[in-house]
Amino acid sequence: MTAETDTTRRRFGAEQRVVITGMGVVAPNGHGLDEFERALREGRTGIRFVEELKELKFGCQVGGVPQGIDEIKTEYFSPDVLMAMNSSMTFAAIAAIDCWRDAGLPEHLPEEGVVDWDTGAIVGTGVGGVDTLGDKVVAGVTAGRTKRLGSTMVEQTMSSAVSARIGGLLGLGNQVTTNSSACSTGTEALIMAADRIRAGRATRMLAGGAEGYSPYIWAGFDAMRVLSRAYNEEPERASRPMSASTGGFVPGSGAGVLMLESLESARERGAHIYAEVLGGHVNSGGQRGTGSMTAPNPEGVRRCIRAAIADAEITPEEIEVVNGHLTGTMADPLEVENWRAALELTPETIPFLNGTKSLVGHALGAAGGIECVASLLQLDRGFVHGSVNCEDLHQDLEKFSSRIVRETRESSAKTLAKASFGFGDVNACVIFRTVDE
Amino acid sequence: MTRKEVFDEVLNIIGPFAVNKEALEGANEQTNILTGLKVNSARLVDIILDFEDKFEIEIDDDAADEIQTLGDAVDKILEIKG
Repeated sequence: MTAETDTTRRRFGAEQRVVITGMGVVAPNGHGLDEFERALREGRTGIRFVEELKELKFGCQVGGVPQGIDEIKTEYFSPDVLMAMNSSMTFAAIAAIDCWRDAGLPEHLPEEGVVDWDTGAIVGTGVGGVDTLGDKVVAGVTAGRTKRLGSTMVEQTMSSAVSARIGGLLGLGNQVTTNSSACSTGTEALIMAADRIRAGRATRMLAGGAEGYSPYIWAGFDAMRVLSRAYNEEPERASRPMSASTGGFVPGSGAGVLMLESLESARERGAHIYAEVLGGHVNSGGQRGTGSMTAPNPEGVRRCIRAAIADAEITPEEIEVVNGHLTGTMADPLEVENWRAALELTPETIPFLNGTKSLVGHALGAAGGIECVASLLQLDRGFVHGSVNCEDLHQDLEKFSSRIVRETRESSAKTLAKASFGFGDVNACVIFRTVDE
Repeated sequence: MTRKEVFDEVLNIIGPFAVNKEALEGANEQTNILTGLKVNSARLVDIILDFEDKFEIEIDDDAADEIQTLGDAVDKILEIKG
């Protein structure tokens, strides 16, 4: 950070600067930061054929599901906790515990009675415990066996299931809540958490998103015909953001959780700082103009990006990398044009651009969390991962070709913008910058 | 089933719910399920369901409310099985 920015912050009063000091990720192509980094660098996909989807006659029979989680979850959770953990909660809680450990914070056994009053969590989900509803509640209630449901249905189906579980596992005493804004959920959570620390209401906040794996979660999207159907035989080629031959997005699942902390506290602890949350913004396009429940109003997207830049007190030219929302639908060309217009740059001068969904699919409420982890790994570890499966760029994107990163490259970029957009015409954009220690 | 067999099954069922593993090791009929084994009180519902399945009985709410210790559980199960 420059001294000038320090002064600017002071001018606005006691606002705290916010940095990232820990991360945890459960992604379809890797669990844990090192494995995830390798997968991103090597272009290793997490998209696989899912037999269950074929049996259920889905049009899309490929998806992103984290692997090997059943085998490791007993290392993370005691038997009584595991009895009340559906897949979104499991992914969220593993990512949160990994994040906590990565941040180097002390772990206490529950019986020690220690509550961390200065740390909270905003960890969201787009759909939530629909697997529990579908597998257990609906079947049991319809059969007249409500009494047999047991005690664990509420805690797995309440909207705040993911954050509530994390709060209990870690003994969090600050705000613990779940946000839900469709596919912008994870990035929105991070911005909300940063706001809370900036305002001095918390010292640390875990933030991110989680989405479980269940055909019940993906079914509605399949019925909308927005999922990829043409690559069931070639899963590794199915997720094709920015490609001319994409046929819809590939559903994903998992979780990404980040530790946000005041710079003051991070420095005091001597914590590793991945980057500063320089600024961010969330808004909605109002579902007006070309915006609707399912499509973005470009004006809203552009305002969101511009407001994030203004909040960060930087110029558009300072952004070196953009990690886009880029789902693999026909909205991709529109998104890239929105970036160009918001930044007021030419197609040849926009920041380098990539899309993590090309490797993990679209993890819905977890997308922002997983992709913010990907963004920060790239800044911290000096690379920009290749966006795969867009050898054949959509014709409207050809003019951006020199800026679209298709092969992983080393990078010394310090400033990255990440955005997520969602149904409901909601937008979230955050700016990260590395911190000189 | 003998009283000992019922007790062992009760302990098997409650084991995974017990937070206090030390108390579980030394558990006897006087051990309190909530205060001794530190079972989360919400989970008593699940334990009763497991008793019903294991012993092929039905335990009504009033009967369930009377179970405080492992011995209470054994008494109630034997009483209902007849």
